[in-house]
Amino acid sequence: MKMLLDGLPRRALVALGVFFALLLVAPWLVNAYVLSLLVVVLYFAYAGQAWNIMMGFAGQLSLGHSLYVGLGAYTAAALFVKFGLNPWVGFLAAMVVTTAMGAFIGFLAFRFGIGGVYFAILTIAFSEFVRIGFDHWPALGGSGGLFLPVANLSSNDLPNLRGAPVMFYYVMLVMTALALGFCRWLLGSRLGYYWQAIRENEDAAAALGIPVFRYKMIAVMLSSAMTAFAGVFYAFYYNNLFPEQIFSMGRSIEIILGPIIGGLGTLFGPIVGAFVLTPLADGLSELLQWAGIDVPGVKQVFYGLCLLGVVVFLPNGIWPVLARRLKLGREH
Amino acid sequence: MSDLYLNAAIGGALTGLVYGLMALGLSVIFGVVRVVNFAHGEMMTAAMYAAILLAQAFKLDPLVSMVPIAAGMFVFGYLLQRGLVNAFVTRPEHTQFMLMVAVAIVITNSQLIAFGPNARNVQVDYALDSYQIGSLIIDKVRIFAAVAALAISAALFAFFRFTLTGRAIRACADNFLGARVVGLNVRHLYGLTFGIGAACLGAAGCLLLLLVDVTPLQGPSYTLLAFIIVIVGGMGSLMGALLSGLLVGISEALAGAAFDPSAKSMFTFGLLILVLLFRPQGLLGRRA
Amino acid sequence: MALLEVQGIGKHFRGLRALHDVSFEIPEGAIHAMIGPNGAGKTTCFNVIAGVYKPDGGSLRFNGQTISGLRPDQICRAGIGRTFQVVKPFPGLSVLDNVVVGALNATHHVPAARKEAMRVLEMLHLADKAHHSAASLTLPERKRVEVARAMATGPRLLLLDEVMAGLRPTEVDEMVAVFRRVNQETGLTILLIEHVMRAVMALAQQIVVLHYGEKISAGAPQQVVSDPKVLECYLGEEAL
Repeated sequence: MKMLLDGLPRRALVALGVFFALLLVAPWLVNAYVLSLLVVVLYFAYAGQAWNIMMGFAGQLSLGHSLYVGLGAYTAAALFVKFGLNPWVGFLAAMVVTTAMGAFIGFLAFRFGIGGVYFAILTIAFSEFVRIGFDHWPALGGSGGLFLPVANLSSNDLPNLRGAPVMFYYVMLVMTALALGFCRWLLGSRLGYYWQAIRENEDAAAALGIPVFRYKMIAVMLSSAMTAFAGVFYAFYYNNLFPEQIFSMGRSIEIILGPIIGGLGTLFGPIVGAFVLTPLADGLSELLQWAGIDVPGVKQVFYGLCLLGVVVFLPNGIWPVLARRLKLGREH
Repeated sequence: MSDLYLNAAIGGALTGLVYGLMALGLSVIFGVVRVVNFAHGEMMTAAMYAAILLAQAFKLDPLVSMVPIAAGMFVFGYLLQRGLVNAFVTRPEHTQFMLMVAVAIVITNSQLIAFGPNARNVQVDYALDSYQIGSLIIDKVRIFAAVAALAISAALFAFFRFTLTGRAIRACADNFLGARVVGLNVRHLYGLTFGIGAACLGAAGCLLLLLVDVTPLQGPSYTLLAFIIVIVGGMGSLMGALLSGLLVGISEALAGAAFDPSAKSMFTFGLLILVLLFRPQGLLGRRA
Repeated sequence: MALLEVQGIGKHFRGLRALHDVSFEIPEGAIHAMIGPNGAGKTTCFNVIAGVYKPDGGSLRFNGQTISGLRPDQICRAGIGRTFQVVKPFPGLSVLDNVVVGALNATHHVPAARKEAMRVLEMLHLADKAHHSAASLTLPERKRVEVARAMATGPRLLLLDEVMAGLRPTEVDEMVAVFRRVNQETGLTILLIEHVMRAVMALAQQIVVLHYGEKISAGAPQQVVSDPKVLECYLGEEAL
């Protein structure tokens, strides 16, 4: 723990502490609606961190992370529905499935030095391929969806992930915090240095003794393994899975918007991004509803314009600017 | 039975040529400007809606409205490049991607607002006509669309090979710095390239409208299709894009005939995965 | 036995003969230079040694082991560090972190790597820039970061590709002193490609001259610079 917090200025530690404390007591402070929003925020903060390992740290652009969410969700949910398997054990199974998938895609691409746009397209293609596959897999509900028995909201059953939103909130909070600590550790390790070197320049990285292929594989496998939990969570929180939704390209883009808006490759970027984007999208809906505009698409146009603004005016994301303003940056 | 497949394959090949034209637009833009146009399918969808509006207002056949729409798309592409994309040319790929995704989101949802979620199409009076050769039945619209797509592609090849501007653009693609050194106005040429790519797209959209319906949210799947075609054909190879468009058209049609129409894109993705596995530089691409 | 034995290596690029039947040896602890006009194949030769290109023929032995066919990262781990003629810094990382990446080749322990990186930076007079972004440096500074990175990997042989280009004469002397010191203190073997003759003459015990991909001369510096074949290829090309 001490090592994880090493080098942070005092005010950053205080800010982090206050932030975390606020999140801990949030269920007592906010109403059910805001709490449900916070669950979504944490979900994207977690998934964004998982994606950030691959793209932000190691520089491999995946546009198909919904594939790992979907596979994770379907694995744990199917094992639970069909065999009554505990979701935490299902999570382990889900990790195995997503990691194998990530390794397969990575192997295909990195063997031949497929990178950048080509790699990104390959990840989309795989996620679409699997989506259509699940659409036609009757045992798992096909395009009609897979449903979990609806939870009894009055009693929380953590081992079986059945319960009230508050329980899911804390589960996601803990996972997000764990992911943050893990990413912090990764970034300061040899692995993190090697990833960043590969991200910045592969030829130079190889010349310094880094087996580029192996380290890219580690990145994609770790990222896909972590993303599995986002899927498990999704399945047990929403209780229904549709291939059309969970594997969609739109979902992948939602996952990666946070880290990019927040600050690619930074530790807090994915979290900041999630805290900005989710309320923004929701706030827009509220605002439009209040203004009496009920045309599908208006919200997304605003959303697109906001995104455009950030991309044009804050090319490195929000966090680097915020950290400089508030003097929260690392000291040497 | 074999007639069924042969018919499907020929129909697919004709549709595939239109796909090829769409992918040509992407190939040209990426090959020269090195920017990934992730709003490709969305821009084409916009052109399709424009064709629908012109058909409603002036009873224009898409084969005719193709001309003003391609011109309009050219202007749009030129302005988009000069006004927005150009500042991102030297930025990292993911930033360009985000920019184009934002543009795509705005375009798609503006279409949703303007036209509603339902599918639309254009009825031409020869829509149901067909030519019969022996047991083969070929739709007239497909022939028209394919011939037009081929003609436009040929014109594009000629432009890049024989005109001074076309050669200058190729010079930019080969060597950005060198092109600047010899005094080419690279920004203008990039604008032109983006415009040309968008014009291909506009034409392809009009031709495709003869064959399929248009829905506001279809953009991403066409973007993806265009990318797959370009990669399968070989990045930077115009001939490859056309050829692989043809292949994808055929594989889609055969998959639709043999299995289920919804499985057709699975075959396309399968084709992509196979190509990346065994010939990562694409069918006609050169190994880097 | 020499540390590096290059025997009859060749490399073609689509009909262009970049290297043809080049042979030379570098004994442990020596400093050799490779010179020749632009396009003579010097960098290609480096890239073949460093594993970027596979040689069409011939053999490469390092420390008695065959190294042709190994990947660049394997060559580095075998003990050959290199710099790039066109510098390839990690622009998003600090100068220190650039060098730490190199140092992690020799140790898996990050704090130890940071210490080693700092030591190398001090040796190359870059310590005051340690926490600057690598993107903010001038070109000569970036070249020194390249050298620092390569040296931090703990090589037995260091390949330096035109690291003196663009330096002022006093800076050249400074770098010469650094390399001489490292060579004397640690016995590091160095092969440098260099156009700056001031550095070549001051450092190299032996010089190999390449011209159109072939070795046209080799020997002690004084002997090589008075070789009529060398004079001809230089005077013909650059008229210095």
